Amino acid sequence: MSKPDQKRDFGFETRMLHAGHVPDAVTGSRAVPIYQTTSYVFDSPQYAAELFDLKQYGNIYTRINNPTTAAFEERIASLEEGAGAVATSSGMAAQLVTMMTLLEPGDEVVASQHLYGGTRTQFVHTFRKLGVTAHFVDPDDFDAWEAAINSKTRALYAETIGNPQGSVVDISRLAALAESNNCPLIIDNTFATPYLCQPLNHGAHISLHSATKFVGGHGNSIGGVIIESGRFDYSHYPTIANPSPSYHNLRFYDTFGLHGFLMKARVETVRDTGSCLSPFNAFLLIQGLETLSIRMDRHVKNAMAIARYLEDDPNVEYVAYPGLESSPYHELALRYCPRGPGAVFSFGLRGADPRGAGRRFIEALNLFSHLANVGDARSLVIHPASTTHQQLSDEELVASGIDPGMIRLSIGLETEEDLLWDLDQALRAI
Amino acid sequence: MGSRSGAACDLTSHSLLTAEQKAIYQAPDLVRRTLGFASSVAIVGLSTKRQKASYFVATFLKSRGIKIIPVHPKADRILGEKVYPTLKDIPEPVDVVNIFRPSHECPIYAAQAVDINAKVFWLQLGLFNEEAATIAGAGGLDVIMDLCIKMEYGRYDGTMRFLGMNTGVLTSKKAQIGRISSHEDVDLSECLL
Ligand SMILES: Cc1ncc(COP(=O)(O)O)c(C=O)c1O
Repeated sequence: MSKPDQKRDFGFETRMLHAGHVPDAVTGSRAVPIYQTTSYVFDSPQYAAELFDLKQYGNIYTRINNPTTAAFEERIASLEEGAGAVATSSGMAAQLVTMMTLLEPGDEVVASQHLYGGTRTQFVHTFRKLGVTAHFVDPDDFDAWEAAINSKTRALYAETIGNPQGSVVDISRLAALAESNNCPLIIDNTFATPYLCQPLNHGAHISLHSATKFVGGHGNSIGGVIIESGRFDYSHYPTIANPSPSYHNLRFYDTFGLHGFLMKARVETVRDTGSCLSPFNAFLLIQGLETLSIRMDRHVKNAMAIARYLEDDPNVEYVAYPGLESSPYHELALRYCPRGPGAVFSFGLRGADPRGAGRRFIEALNLFSHLANVGDARSLVIHPASTTHQQLSDEELVASGIDPGMIRLSIGLETEEDLLWDLDQALRAI
Repeated sequence: MGSRSGAACDLTSHSLLTAEQKAIYQAPDLVRRTLGFASSVAIVGLSTKRQKASYFVATFLKSRGIKIIPVHPKADRILGEKVYPTLKDIPEPVDVVNIFRPSHECPIYAAQAVDINAKVFWLQLGLFNEEAATIAGAGGLDVIMDLCIKMEYGRYDGTMRFLGMNTGVLTSKKAQIGRISSHEDVDLSECLL
């Protein structure tokens, strides 16, 4: 028996339910209350001055921090074993805030080319307006990563599970490469979730999420979050180490140590870009976190069954799910996502007219919802060639890593046999 | 709060300490006990500059009703408090000696902390010196290393979580305080979670 005073390392599920929230002294409210407020009354003028100077830990204004949002932040930081977290209005905002905190005009980023399309667009076009250049490399090719790194490189970036290829990135190897170049490694862990993979425990320095997806898990809230390990040595990293003109020449790393990056992200970047999460969405995302492991186990179980079923179907050309032994990423998936590599994957339809087959397949489905999202409790489907990428010719599609017959699925929590029934009848209808 | 510029050390991880060293020098019950009884903290290396980590820590402790005693070779007053050139010049009882100076200087401060009958020898985040720990320990002091006293206070009084930091504190017990009043002498032994 350990003494009650002794710190215990609580399990994942316990932290899913308890981390980040202690019942408050006045009401004892057990659920995390929604602090639907913009601002907070200060204790005294002197306290207010110290608060603005960051000499006190306290609530200032909901664009900077909020107790409901903070409970979400601490909870997800606990699940990924980070030093802390900063929530944002969306996954795109999490990326932008991370980069705007780290980078200055003239800096460069090297990123995996297997990225969510919106992320690629942000990196190419929006970053260009900020004077930042992104280079894209094949995530499996470490020579390409090394070749793309130069004296201006300030960060490496990849997704735990990239789509549509279903590629799993070798996080610890990439982290070592990043560190030897004085760069943090940033991992988008959206598809794996904090339950299936903890990038910081494999050496990544920053993990971020579109919490819109499996974290919230019910398709009802847009949100994002940035988690930092507190283990990166920023003492020679200009933006975090040097005096900051936008905070009275504060040196964030010198003053806040392991919290330096997170403090700067919150009190400068989120403050100035206004990309805060709303407390109501934070509450909904907390509800998602409370059942995360249970949901993900079921998402993965359904995904595995469906991937195996599709692999055996004569109308199916390929299935890009790293949970399958046939995937070139199976070994990496076992290493980084031992409980299963998520529930989003693509497969290809065979035939003379795959683009038409894709359209007919979508039309024939009864349970899968045709929409542009992933990570809902319900099963989702999209056919890029007839929706997001419809303007592209077959050749242009292939060049962007998408084939005309490619279908992307996000497997939900419905009864497994019902999902198999729906796919089967749609495959027979094409 | 770090003191990277003052502390000539390599900080590449959460902690400079091994797991065994953490169990001794960062034990949660030792940290909580210290925060619970500390009513005077001598701060060696407290800066006169408002944007230095030590100044943040001192401002914070003072707001919690803790008497801070600056130790600085030249300054006269810092944060309104009389400054002493060395620990040995302090004429009043000191509970905690808190160090913001490079690790290699720490054995000297450890010996002085023993001489003035301090109770706890606390090296800030980024600082570690086993020789100093041995001297302080032999003199009957508890030793805490590579932790920030402000962060630890914020961890256990619950305020650090307002900024989304991972406090590691997990309990189903109702908190004992709703918020920290900044200028009252709060009995931390009561309100610690
Ligand atoms: C892997 C990945 N990262 C980031 C995003 C962007 O997140 P959000 O839509 O919450 O801005 C998405 C959204 O589709 C995504 O799938």
